[in-house]
Amino acid sequence: MNKKELMIGNAAVARGLYEAGVEVISSYPGTPSTEITEFAATYDDIYCEWAPNEKVAMETAFGASLRGVRAACAMKHVGLNVAADPLFTLSYTGVTGGLVVCVADDPGMHSSQNEQDSRHYAIAAKVPMLEPADSAECKAFAKAAFEISEQFDTPCLLRMCTRIAHAQSVVELEDRVIPEKKPYEKNPQKFIMAPANAIRRHPFVEERMQKLTALAETTPLNRLEEGGTEIGIIATGSCYQYCKEVFGDSVTILKLGMVNPLPVQKIRDLAAKVQKLYVVEELDGVIESHCKNIGVEVIGKEMFTPLGEYSQKSIAAAFGLPEKETVTADTAVPMRPPVMCSGCPHRGLFYVLAKNKLTVLGDIGCYTLGSAAPLCALDSTLCMGASISGLHGYNKAAGDETADKTVCVIGDSTFMHSGMTGLANVAYNGSKSTVIILDNSITGMTGHQQNPTTGYNIKGDPATKIDLESLCHALGINRVRVVDPYDLEATEKAVKEELAADEASVIISRRPCVLLKYVKPKKPVTVNKDKCRSCKRCMKLGCPSIHMDTDGKAGIDKTLCVGCGVCEQLCPFDAIESGE
Amino acid sequence: METRGIVICGVGGQGSLLASKLLGRVLVNEGYDIKVSEVHGMSQRGGSVITYVRYGDKVYSPVVQSGEAEFIISFERIEAARYAHLLKKGGVIITNTQRIDPMPVITGAATYPEDILDELTAKGVQVEAMDALALAEEAGSAKAVNIVLMGQLAKHFHIDYEKWIEAIGQTVKPQFVEMNQKAFALGYHFGE
Repeated sequence: MNKKELMIGNAAVARGLYEAGVEVISSYPGTPSTEITEFAATYDDIYCEWAPNEKVAMETAFGASLRGVRAACAMKHVGLNVAADPLFTLSYTGVTGGLVVCVADDPGMHSSQNEQDSRHYAIAAKVPMLEPADSAECKAFAKAAFEISEQFDTPCLLRMCTRIAHAQSVVELEDRVIPEKKPYEKNPQKFIMAPANAIRRHPFVEERMQKLTALAETTPLNRLEEGGTEIGIIATGSCYQYCKEVFGDSVTILKLGMVNPLPVQKIRDLAAKVQKLYVVEELDGVIESHCKNIGVEVIGKEMFTPLGEYSQKSIAAAFGLPEKETVTADTAVPMRPPVMCSGCPHRGLFYVLAKNKLTVLGDIGCYTLGSAAPLCALDSTLCMGASISGLHGYNKAAGDETADKTVCVIGDSTFMHSGMTGLANVAYNGSKSTVIILDNSITGMTGHQQNPTTGYNIKGDPATKIDLESLCHALGINRVRVVDPYDLEATEKAVKEELAADEASVIISRRPCVLLKYVKPKKPVTVNKDKCRSCKRCMKLGCPSIHMDTDGKAGIDKTLCVGCGVCEQLCPFDAIESGE
Repeated sequence: METRGIVICGVGGQGSLLASKLLGRVLVNEGYDIKVSEVHGMSQRGGSVITYVRYGDKVYSPVVQSGEAEFIISFERIEAARYAHLLKKGGVIITNTQRIDPMPVITGAATYPEDILDELTAKGVQVEAMDALALAEEAGSAKAVNIVLMGQLAKHFHIDYEKWIEAIGQTVKPQFVEMNQKAFALGYHFGE
């Protein structure tokens, strides 16, 4: 018997990639997709890398496929926006070695800036998409995706969602089988997508969609589970599990594992069999629209919301089924939102920005947490890289009048992802923008991935370290300086001077993430209760280690405090004392 | 058997993933079908985190629903109350008594509900509260709070003590097995 293991969906996808004989994986981290590549990197037989962004990752996977091996990339839903450009034309070129693009949606926005439904990309790019419903399917579908990719000469999307990606269930392990490497043959008609060739490839794409639709009618990926005929349900992924939880075998369910293209006859047959047909799908009514387009009457978004995550509870409620008895306390439990960690290097910088009442265009990363009370230090967060380009536009709109009271903040990894081009624009088109790079020497929010500025690769081996100062100079910025955000006075001086400068500038706020293993915490600070006058100045930092004790004086949580000393600098009465 | 649910909750960074790993291992060893739903990403930064564990003959949803959990294992006092609605009638809350102020309490926008567990007890909920941090420190590491609480769970649970001890050996790194087994024993025997 094969070995069985409890695995999260993402680890199971990685296992599937391994068993499918994948040789190259290039990805950019993003919750809830990150662990696919992290687990894949634990297999020595696969070449894995963190690319600077998703577009680079997909193009790298394309190159590996062109060379004749199986290749993959993984990203979160918004990452596919970045990689959409290669995807749409990869649909035309097709592949040599199989090419699978794993994309993870985040219904409920556990860790995302929007709730977009990546199935629209499969439709728009005219490529197949599979969607697993548990870890065993994550592994099986990753392998099936390669078969489809090679058989139909197409990249194949594998759609995950948070509840599948981060849920553990049992997976049976099998051996790795590497398909024979295909020899490289020059084929300009297929791979040079200049108009003359692309015009010839477009009919191929349309024919391929028809063939894939025929596959959707017969593939075991789409499974009819016959039960009662009063209610029929079409569901995919996590929604299938919720429906089974509610109805068991009492209804007939068409469980779709292939979500693009969708079957036609299979759905018509089901509709003929049941009295009422429901489509249960999170986010947009994609399957519902398809059913309506083929003349099948279904109940969908009029009954199930396009917002957030579903559960067995929400589905039972939609069908008017009774809820279980519960007990709750009458007293309200205060919210516990995520916060910047004790000793987070971003905190000192944000304190300085808030103190000077600056307008701050933000970006994607841990530092988005700087928007929360009490710092409230951010004015906008849009997408990866938008802080720099946004600041440039903001300053241009006011003829640079705003340039002395507006900055942007962007992390080291996000800067490498898509901040560089924005900075080139600042230099080239000459705004007097002040850009702050929050260099904490790691990709933080997604759980500590290396990036081109850290000096290490995905395996933790030494790698070329891109020097941010030289890079900013090379991008045309003359004024580049480095500050330590633990030093409030120096940080404030740097911010004021660069805002006053008559040209664009970059401040690199440099201090490694406090959660990095090599960062050794100092002893916690202490409060001298005789000196504390309860002014609450230290509370303005929003540090989770500082609170007001029952005696009305400041108190320090010794289990959390790492002795960064930023609060010491703030106290006007020297009541906070270093633990060293 | 009908699918059963267990909830593990706390503050991001407290080690709930190891607790669910141990529980998952014990349940897999017993031959149950199981699903465990975790939280990664943004909510790990000091936010409220919850892990769902469901087991039975055949488990579909990875999410525990209101009124379904046999147990809520909480690493922090008010987190137990936050998810109390998930507990089924006759279910048990096992909680660490440690208080960690959430940011709205720190900024003064909200007050910490000191007596919220008493309120639940008054409503008939069985609450087993313990200073798991002190017991973990006694075992050798403040990080073993998770294993101390799992020890107390084992006392109320239908799987033998020895099987948990064995699963600890399969779950944690060799150099930490002894310390964690000690923490587990302290949690198991608490209140005796």
